[in-house]
Amino acid sequence: MITFERFTLSNGLKVLVHEDTSTPMAVVNVLYDVGARDEDPAQTGFAHLFEHLMFGGSINIPDYDDPLQVAGGENNAYTTNDITNYYCQLPAENLETAFWLESDRMLSLAFNKKSLDVQRKVVCEEFKEHYINKPYGDVWHIMRELAYKVHPYRWMTIGKELSHVENAQLDDVKRFFFKHYTPLNAILVVAGNVKTDQVKALAEKWFGDIPSGEKYVRNIPQEPAQTEERRMSVTRNVPMDAIYKTWHMCGRMDDDYYATDLLSDILGGGASSRLYESLVKHQQLFVQINCYHFGSFDGGLLTIEGQLVKGVDMQVAEKSILDEIEKIKNEMIAERELQKVQNKTESVMAFEDMSVMNRAGSLAFYELLGDGEMMNEEFKKYQDVTTADLHRLANQIFRPENCNTLLYMAE
Amino acid sequence: MLDRKIAPQIKDAVEYGISLKKPDVFKLSNSVPVYTNHAGTEEVIQIEWLFKAGNWYDTKNNVSAATNFLIKNGTIKRSAYEINEFVDFYGAYLNRSCYNETAVVTLHCLTRQLEHILPIVQEIFREANFPEDELNIYRQNMKQRLAVNLRKCDFVAGRKIDELMFGSKHPYGVYSEMEHYDAITSEDIKAYYDSFYKNGNCTIFSAGILPANYAELLEKYFGTLPFNSKTIVEQTHEVQPFAEKKWEIINDKDGVQAAIRIARPFPTRHHPDFPKTQVLNALFGGFFGSRLMTNIREDKGYTYGIYSYLVNHIHEGMWMISTEAGRDVCHATVQEVYHEMQQLRDGDIDQEELLQVKNYLIGTLLGDLDGPFQIMSRWKNLILNGMDESYFNHSVEVIKNITADELKELAIKYLNPDEFYELIVI
Repeated sequence: MITFERFTLSNGLKVLVHEDTSTPMAVVNVLYDVGARDEDPAQTGFAHLFEHLMFGGSINIPDYDDPLQVAGGENNAYTTNDITNYYCQLPAENLETAFWLESDRMLSLAFNKKSLDVQRKVVCEEFKEHYINKPYGDVWHIMRELAYKVHPYRWMTIGKELSHVENAQLDDVKRFFFKHYTPLNAILVVAGNVKTDQVKALAEKWFGDIPSGEKYVRNIPQEPAQTEERRMSVTRNVPMDAIYKTWHMCGRMDDDYYATDLLSDILGGGASSRLYESLVKHQQLFVQINCYHFGSFDGGLLTIEGQLVKGVDMQVAEKSILDEIEKIKNEMIAERELQKVQNKTESVMAFEDMSVMNRAGSLAFYELLGDGEMMNEEFKKYQDVTTADLHRLANQIFRPENCNTLLYMAE
Repeated sequence: MLDRKIAPQIKDAVEYGISLKKPDVFKLSNSVPVYTNHAGTEEVIQIEWLFKAGNWYDTKNNVSAATNFLIKNGTIKRSAYEINEFVDFYGAYLNRSCYNETAVVTLHCLTRQLEHILPIVQEIFREANFPEDELNIYRQNMKQRLAVNLRKCDFVAGRKIDELMFGSKHPYGVYSEMEHYDAITSEDIKAYYDSFYKNGNCTIFSAGILPANYAELLEKYFGTLPFNSKTIVEQTHEVQPFAEKKWEIINDKDGVQAAIRIARPFPTRHHPDFPKTQVLNALFGGFFGSRLMTNIREDKGYTYGIYSYLVNHIHEGMWMISTEAGRDVCHATVQEVYHEMQQLRDGDIDQEELLQVKNYLIGTLLGDLDGPFQIMSRWKNLILNGMDESYFNHSVEVIKNITADELKELAIKYLNPDEFYELIVI
């Protein structure tokens, strides 16, 4: 049970406080309600590039990292298709340093030309390191474009192409900042060895006078239901063939999200999952096979990806996956199998909640979804899933016309 | 009116007292030592069974790793699937890892499920049977994984630099090729298991919320196993570094990035220079605010990240700089690394930078010690290296008190470009 207090500043910034006196540390987590899905199709990769720029100095402070390190702190950030999250951890006595730094970069960045020039290059190297210079690195680039025709999930957070990042201009950066990086579009979570009154005073002092900005009204075209199976095949310089199949699934706030999550675990989460046991161990058609999804806010993709044993025919491999799919559609899942994945989920959640940093991040995440309290109700929702739910969803999701298949062939 | 240009007052992290909470220890009747740290906020537990079963004791290339991987893939009573299903059903995680001197089996689970899982763990230490079929799948999968990894410049560079520094026969420098996987037999594995697990040398590290009957449970399931009854013959391996220090390998002619590794031999943590050099390393390339990162990423944009490390193996160490940089700027990157070494040899560290790195190191140490698993992990390292909290306390004092002059001396002693191996893999 995670306890927290919540208040809102007059400029609209939501603040959550989670006290934990068992640690000498404090965590400050600022979540901005902006991700790659909010980008202009002609300027993709911007939310992520922007995350880099947030460390290039703010209006009154030339450098973010140095003063934080002097205060004994460390920090990082990440960008997804849905959100951008910044977090730092430092000795609790130095909490105010984090308020000083985070509030100044919410007030305004320095918009430093040199920082933009350098971070464009850094992001390009990141792009190369993860997506170009790695075998199978372009899979999600292709799959997203295959599965999404309308929704901005059709590009990756790193960007659709290098040129979008390379061509980013300072004016674009400013526009993006004042549109998204405002108190109305942010959630501040302070956790660890802190007191709510202390956090209230610090929040008023440092964030209170930041102009609220305009509430960003999201107007994203939702992906229409897919009506025809889509298939694609590419040939690449990789050692082994691989197959990727995705099916459209519900978004993060849908009641069916929890059952869908468990369904993916039953199929392909770990060494006792169906796909692994049948296709890797028993039939020995795959070297590895997994079933997962990204927990996207809007409609997501339930994914099966597998790397074939050398010499195995692609048709045989694909059929073996479809046979498992047919089985889960036609036969009821045993209670024990459902209980297994529920137990695994309970355990994962308990381990995640061990660190104050994770607790702070989760609170911000659930508050954005609607209410930080959801963090405590989450497991109950997994417990309420029935085998009938799983059966219904398997049949709803695993329809051929809902499926996208990418055959990734070795040269 | 708030002046946002003025930083709030801070307490220098170097003013913090840091202590490493001592674990409790008891012995099972077969003399297996059990270290425990009963603490935490969640009802979870982590137990590590650590064996002297790393590749230091390999009887054949990769046998230690294969044994470790396959140890939970079948016992006389249960198939791999039955073991995995059982462990998963109780929401537990049973992992294994093989290192140089040691190999571990690690259990994570909710404290209330512990009693269900321990019998299975006992079973894999008593009667793992390494079915031929499992070995075949392992061979095939490892070979394919290797084929994929060999396309990655960072993977190729990682194993090549180890080989250059330690030699291809030394446990720290050896790696596996396709034919090594083919050569392993189940007899090799069974013999290794018998010597180094079943009748091997075991130490148990545990942390989290322990059940009240923890000692009895461990005694029941592990106290009567034939652990620690035979002395493992300690082996020596001679380091045989390559003579040629500069290497450039084209692994992928179309590669857009180069993996760069620059390394020199360095003493182990028993050497008095070790804790001091950890501070110099941090400043040089050990964290985001380091010289290397500031220059090569934040000023020049040549890379997504560059770090330096003291690679602290138990027997021999090295000091290594590691990065992936754009192909067209890889040589410029290497030159900048040497340039940064020279700056430190010239002694250009000022008090402000020194205090920053000290505060950072102490602050992150405070953060790293936050949680029972992390504290036990520190202890495990100390114990494996034959050390205790006095080493930890000494390291903290070194961070707090080291001077710029001492760092300059260390830089002159160790950051000499001529003594570094230089490897570029494209």
